[in-house]
Amino acid sequence: MKVFVRGAGLTLVAGLALTAGAARAALAQDTTFRGITLIGNYDPTRDKISVAVLAVSGAFGDSLRAIVQRDLDFSDRFTILPVEGGDADAARTGGAGSGLNYSIFKQLNAAAVIQMTSMPTGIHVALHDVAKGQVVNVGDFALPATGLTREWRMAVHRTSDEIARWMTGQRGMAATRIAYIRGSGKAAAIRIIDSDGAGEITVPTDENGISPAWHPSGTMLAYSTYGDVGSRIVLFDLATANSRTLTKAPINVQYITPNFTPDGTSILYARSGENGSDIYAVGLSGNDTPRRLTVGRGAENASPTSSPDGRRIVYVGNAEGSPQLYVMDADGTDARRLTEYDFSDKNYRSDPDWSPDGRLIAYQEKIGPNFQIRTIRATGGAPKQLTSEGVNEQPSWAPDSRHLVFTSTRSGVRQLWVLDTETFRMRQLTTSAGARLGAWSARLTQ
Amino acid sequence: MNATRRITGLTAALVSVTLVDACHKTPPAQPAPAVAPAAGPNADSARRAQEEAARRAAEDAARRRAADSAAAAAAAARDAASAAEALRTALTAMVHFDYDQSDLRPEDRAILDAKVPILTANPTVVIQVAGHTDERGSDEYNLALGQRRASSVKAYLVQHGIADSRIQTISYGEERPMAQGTDESAYQQNRRAEFVITGGPQTLRKP
Repeated sequence: MKVFVRGAGLTLVAGLALTAGAARAALAQDTTFRGITLIGNYDPTRDKISVAVLAVSGAFGDSLRAIVQRDLDFSDRFTILPVEGGDADAARTGGAGSGLNYSIFKQLNAAAVIQMTSMPTGIHVALHDVAKGQVVNVGDFALPATGLTREWRMAVHRTSDEIARWMTGQRGMAATRIAYIRGSGKAAAIRIIDSDGAGEITVPTDENGISPAWHPSGTMLAYSTYGDVGSRIVLFDLATANSRTLTKAPINVQYITPNFTPDGTSILYARSGENGSDIYAVGLSGNDTPRRLTVGRGAENASPTSSPDGRRIVYVGNAEGSPQLYVMDADGTDARRLTEYDFSDKNYRSDPDWSPDGRLIAYQEKIGPNFQIRTIRATGGAPKQLTSEGVNEQPSWAPDSRHLVFTSTRSGVRQLWVLDTETFRMRQLTTSAGARLGAWSARLTQ
Repeated sequence: MNATRRITGLTAALVSVTLVDACHKTPPAQPAPAVAPAAGPNADSARRAQEEAARRAAEDAARRRAADSAAAAAAAARDAASAAEALRTALTAMVHFDYDQSDLRPEDRAILDAKVPILTANPTVVIQVAGHTDERGSDEYNLALGQRRASSVKAYLVQHGIADSRIQTISYGEERPMAQGTDESAYQQNRRAEFVITGGPQTLRKP
């Protein structure tokens, strides 16, 4: 079996961190690599670590192993080596529970081996450093008693994310969900799907709901309603399944594109009426007076999204002609156009989303007849085009600031796809036609 | 092309209103035949016969008048209903827009001009203007563009004397396409403002 390993010198030496606590302490000093130390020119954005995940015994062991393998694969930072259950047993130097036969994994070019053992209340995980020939990290993870439920799957995703952190210093993003709109017209509904495409549910949305946005805690969604049912901003509590209207638009006004501020205390939104659209901020209490942030004078300003430090806001506006991206301070001052724009061109740029690490803003731009996904540094500069096949729109960053979920017609109908902005690997997230307006949650703790 | 067809349709509607008006007038009743005075030996019987003939003629005339008048009333009611329907059609006729624009084109101003006298003649009528877009822009930004189109229509009607409070604006963005499809023909049909009568009498009064 051929094993793909990039780079010449991916030799492992001893892990610096023997416990998760030590790994966290080390993370604070160096952001490049942690847990297992690699010798050679390892580039975490290009080079993948070869990992073998051993078979897991006990109830749901096969599912558990498959989910962890897929989570690590979907993080695009690991190459999962196909190791059959029998191989793992053969790899042991002795009976069950004894150490691994590291030389076999060296021949497979595995850098790390993940060994998971079912426990009464969850799983015990050991991370083996193959080059060093020893366990470099262990942890116990609680799992719900009932296997394969939505909650159980999310607990396994959190385990995967922690294992990824042991190996790279950066937590994975598997324990996340994506809210999106499926269908159109009166049949449109907000749905929530796990980052691996499993566990989909439908949110009991009020009629004509659109533009779902996650609260930073992952416990609440906001969305707006439009049309003849009246325009409102609705908050949906995921734990209680209760909806409440945060604010109802007066007659002749539509509230659109709600987004939470990073501190979770306010919502930014656009108020679209007879004098154009302007961006406002309102607290979540329900009796807060909205604060107006832009003065469009008839132009349309919409789609506000905060920088992760909450100090700036990127939004789309057409005051200079076709829709462009602008960045302003959180109080509405010092607005500057972010995207380069020639007055004569008809470029249409919209749907910005600020990466959680603050570096990049993803957006959509008309390239020829179709929208394509681009990123631009938050400080401006030359944009980078990430897509070219079909119509690609509505990017939303994963919490790792590396993956984007977006809407694409590349399969023939609108579906959500996930793109790794480092390797350009794509995967289709949804399979139900008419999926759009994906919003990626923060890492979920419940 | 579409605009031309719309104008033609509107003109046809107005013409039919005019024709209906002409039919409203009840045709004049036939006068009873004049009875000539009788003379001679059989004057009495002849006079009686003449009187009888005159009476029957008068009765026939009255019956004809009654029948004509009933038919005229029914026709008038039909005509009134179709006139009201024509007014309703004119009041709810859509206007269309160019790509990414909310400016009113001349042919669409004519469609709005036809609504103004109807709204003026029916001062309790309230309408809702819904702005729509084609699917080519941003799903979310199109909600703002739809609102701008509805607002543009409302501003025109208000400029022409219709009270602000009688026109409500909403937006559907690209969420309610009139035509499916991904060609300019479908896009053109979808870039529109629709009108719904949300208040006022069932039967509209003629301007």
